[in-house]
Amino acid sequence: MLSRHAKIIRLIEIVGEVSGRKKLQKMVYIGKHLEMDFDERFEFHMYGPYSEELTLRVDELCNMGLIDEQVESKGAIHMYRYSLNETGRDFLRFHEVDFGLGEQAILRMNEENSRFLELVSTILYFNHLPYEEMKGKIFTFKSKQRYTEEEIRKGQAFIAELRSLVQAGGTKPV
Amino acid sequence: MQQPQLLHEEKVFKDPVHRYVHVRDKFIWDLINSPEFQRLRRVKQLGTSFFTFHGGEHSRFNHSLGVYELMRRILETFEGRIQLTYEEKLLCLCAALLHDVGHGPFSHSFEKVFKYHHEDWTRAILLGDTQINRILRRFDEEFPKKLAEVINKTYDNKLIVSLISSQLDADRMDYLLRDAYYTGVNYGNFEIERILRVMRPQEDGIVFKFSGMHAVEDYIMSRYQMYWQVYFHPVTRSAEVVLCKIFQRAKWLFANGYPFSQEPVMLLPFLQEKVELADYLALDESAILFYMQLWRKEDDPILKDLCARFLDRNLFKYVEYNPRDFRLLAELKEQFQQAGIDPMYYLEVDTTSDLPYDFYRAGEEEERIPIMLQMPSGELVELSQKSEIVQAISGKRRFDYKLYFPLDKVMALPGDLSRKIRERLGVMEDA
Repeated sequence: MLSRHAKIIRLIEIVGEVSGRKKLQKMVYIGKHLEMDFDERFEFHMYGPYSEELTLRVDELCNMGLIDEQVESKGAIHMYRYSLNETGRDFLRFHEVDFGLGEQAILRMNEENSRFLELVSTILYFNHLPYEEMKGKIFTFKSKQRYTEEEIRKGQAFIAELRSLVQAGGTKPV
Repeated sequence: MQQPQLLHEEKVFKDPVHRYVHVRDKFIWDLINSPEFQRLRRVKQLGTSFFTFHGGEHSRFNHSLGVYELMRRILETFEGRIQLTYEEKLLCLCAALLHDVGHGPFSHSFEKVFKYHHEDWTRAILLGDTQINRILRRFDEEFPKKLAEVINKTYDNKLIVSLISSQLDADRMDYLLRDAYYTGVNYGNFEIERILRVMRPQEDGIVFKFSGMHAVEDYIMSRYQMYWQVYFHPVTRSAEVVLCKIFQRAKWLFANGYPFSQEPVMLLPFLQEKVELADYLALDESAILFYMQLWRKEDDPILKDLCARFLDRNLFKYVEYNPRDFRLLAELKEQFQQAGIDPMYYLEVDTTSDLPYDFYRAGEEEERIPIMLQMPSGELVELSQKSEIVQAISGKRRFDYKLYFPLDKVMALPGDLSRKIRERLGVMEDA
């Protein structure tokens, strides 16, 4: 019951603040790939894997007064920051969410910027393809981001690091 | 380069929405006749909406043929305006026909409980050991993969992708018209012929001639109305809630070693979380309904009650719910528990939300691809810049929360207990 909402709120609580809608999208997508129990459905869009359900859910959480949204304008760019407020904390007291070791991965993801997480989520999206094909997809769909092969390797290493964090104790988050 | 292999005589399906669905290409005809596509006859397009709109019994088979027909007409209007190879046209037609082939029985509820996405099964059907894959490979070994990319929106040609997936695509146009027709509502109607006539191909996607703006406005408003009046109807949602609870209960019972009077053989792979493609394809709505018939005679009181509710349309009642009032929910859970009504299965908050139309705002991280109008000068302008109606609803989210519960069970409780719960729910009358 509202457990889907609670998972997003808990993620924000873990990191304290998420800077950017894109970053939140990518963290949830990567989290899903790490077997964390997020429910949102993702499709491939302009910035890589994207979930309209998640966009609506975050709007909803702001609307419900459970999280605070702050908009910061940097020239033509608008940055959205999300943090938990007292009502949100109160809400979590009624909804048990335990990501287990996934919490470590969430914290680690939050240390990276949204551009890098966009690359990581795109690597995961095309993970079923052979390396050269996956690389080709990234260069085609992400041409504006001008990712280098070195960054792709770094992204792959990051995925391995996250997996080891999550698998360290072998418990599946609930 | 492959040449079209035409049927000796064109095949036509009589269709209540588009009048006729025309098939001339043998390739398409063979796909329609594949067992995986025929399975869609046994999966309803609108899930549980038939409980509310009794005409809404049409299948994903009807819809898929409809999307194919719209795509065929779109390609006709593109003749002479853009050069598409036979392979590209075939990709468009096959994507239209097969975009929903991975849908399972009562998709939304089933996917939620058994944790999978039908899109993954669509991909598995296109690429796996299926009749559809064998037919697709007749064209080219790489063709199934290209098709999966089109449906997955990761194909390089953005025009082809946008035809099957954008804010105004063949899929949405068909389901709005079709769902409106079968449910008997007027909201979903818009001028499809006009939209097709003003559609123009561009390298990055489709645009619409400015002269057709009102037809596009009508489509956006139809979509808005259909979502709130049909798709999110609270009675339909109630049936979805009951259905989810049935699956949840069956899953819980299986995990706890409950001895079902008849082993649910077709569901075992799902309950054991080891689903192979063949298992998935074997399951349809008639199988689910068959198990419900068996389960309504089970010893487990919750499973039998929920199945009887679904089959007899004795659904949960609902009240409006303020999502900030989570203390109320906690209290109600406790009261239900004390009354011997398991809140896990008999109390549920359902949320619905929709964004009717949105556009990309420079500097923001939104991801919807806007609908573009082509002005007489050739300039492209985003729809809401010209349409006041669309501007009024652009980017506007609407949310709705309802609390579902079995009023009959609450009413059957001893007087004081029943009164207390009804007071908390705000239903003091026998409604």
